[in-house]
Amino acid sequence: MNQHFDPEPFLLSFRLAGMTTVLLFLFCVPLAWALSRSASRVKPFIEALVSMPIVLPPTVLGFYLLVFLSDRSPLGAWFSEVLHTDLVFSFEGILLASCVYSLPFMLQPLQSGMEQVPAKLLEASYALGKSGTQTLWHVVLPNIKPSLLTGVIITFAHTVGEFGVVLMVGGSIQGKTRVASIAIYELVEMLDYKTAHIYSMILIAFSFTVLVLVYILNHRYKSLWR
Amino acid sequence: MITVSVKKKLFGADGDFLMETDVHIARGGITAIAGSSGSGKTTFLRMLAGLTAPDEGLIEVDGEVWFRGEAGRKPKLNLGPQERRVGIVFQGYALFPHMTVLGNLLYASPDREIAEKLLVMTGLQQLRDVKPRNLSGGQKQRVALARALMQRPGLLLLDEPLSALDERMKSMLQDELLKVHRELGVTMLIVTHDSSEIYKLCDRVLLFEKGRISADKSPRELFVERTTTQKFAFKGEILDIKAVDAIHVAVVAIGNNLVEVVIDAEEKGVLKPGDSVVIGTKAFNPTVRKFERGDFDFSRL
Repeated sequence: MNQHFDPEPFLLSFRLAGMTTVLLFLFCVPLAWALSRSASRVKPFIEALVSMPIVLPPTVLGFYLLVFLSDRSPLGAWFSEVLHTDLVFSFEGILLASCVYSLPFMLQPLQSGMEQVPAKLLEASYALGKSGTQTLWHVVLPNIKPSLLTGVIITFAHTVGEFGVVLMVGGSIQGKTRVASIAIYELVEMLDYKTAHIYSMILIAFSFTVLVLVYILNHRYKSLWR
Repeated sequence: MITVSVKKKLFGADGDFLMETDVHIARGGITAIAGSSGSGKTTFLRMLAGLTAPDEGLIEVDGEVWFRGEAGRKPKLNLGPQERRVGIVFQGYALFPHMTVLGNLLYASPDREIAEKLLVMTGLQQLRDVKPRNLSGGQKQRVALARALMQRPGLLLLDEPLSALDERMKSMLQDELLKVHRELGVTMLIVTHDSSEIYKLCDRVLLFEKGRISADKSPRELFVERTTTQKFAFKGEILDIKAVDAIHVAVVAIGNNLVEVVIDAEEKGVLKPGDSVVIGTKAFNPTVRKFERGDFDFSRL
């Protein structure tokens, strides 16, 4: 009954989390910059929209992603025809789903970090002839390193810990979509508690380490603007 | 020539008011922007820098229009701060905390030659590789000044540049500002409350009151000629009047100093603690009299 320890679900989890983190970082830096400087009336609606994954049950998100990504939807059809990739029950599909699901965990630390940068620093940079992009790159990002690290670490950890959305969009296909959290679910279903314990303890140790790291970082940089 | 002929609604602590200015400032001088807090001084500076837009009006510098707009409409022209190339020394300095002194200067412009020259001029050569958090207030002020000069601006705006420094440092940096002005010929506008600073540095004072310029004079005209005929006079507040034997002594606060002045029976009759007074001399004896309308009230700065 007992299987040997198989590292594949973990490698898959880390690959998914790593790629999600990179994609979200690239997407969220400009988005957070735009939101942090915006005083638009639309801003609260955008903020609410991107924060929805925090409060929605993963099943709701998973269900609509499934509908949205299937090859009967325009996006799914485009992927299927142009890139010859199915988004449902595939690694690409759970990657896209993870990006949606973990978006607020990257966006919020970045945005709040950017909002804490004193307005005078930005104005000083503009007055020295620098554009918004130059200011973002040379002044803002170097001054919010703790927020960048928090966003990256939390997004990575959160993606490793996700379950419902991946299960609904990706199912449990070995080597493709069976990530660690889903592997544990299956092990418990098969009553292989020993392996389930091993997998679970690894995830517990991993999550704890990550959170300790985040808190250490935050305490160290707390006094930055005082 | 700098023309600032604008209107802007401001939201003050005791109600909204309309800021309305129509001034022309000649090139090459040092002009003080004075007035009590919330009177629109900083807004005036920010409008020149392109950091705050007026509601309507015209800002023109050397024939080039920087802002033009009509009430209730999107401005026809409003150059961004990047295009105005104005040097600004912010209140609180706004140095980039992750860059060294030299890094702050080179971010403004990668011209190492000018950076070296400005480091020498402001006495910062030894501190070039130090980060701002390890600098004293006076040193930070110098870095902010040098950084603002890196792009060779024709116009330098300083927002209460020396207000956070002690008297000795203030005086040294005032000399430095004069030196910079002499060597670079840059037109300066300084927001300041300090009458001695205005007198020492500036050739013109724009006194703001509730968004309007209530006085536009030379410091001498504003402070001295208008005040009194006395040789010296200080405005103060009576804290206490004590009876000592047959005479009375008034304890008067002048700035941070307390002085005791003997007053005669007649003066005793009209003065009471809490009064604003002017202390002067008459025949070598100090006199105390009530503050009058003709006196210049330095608290307006």
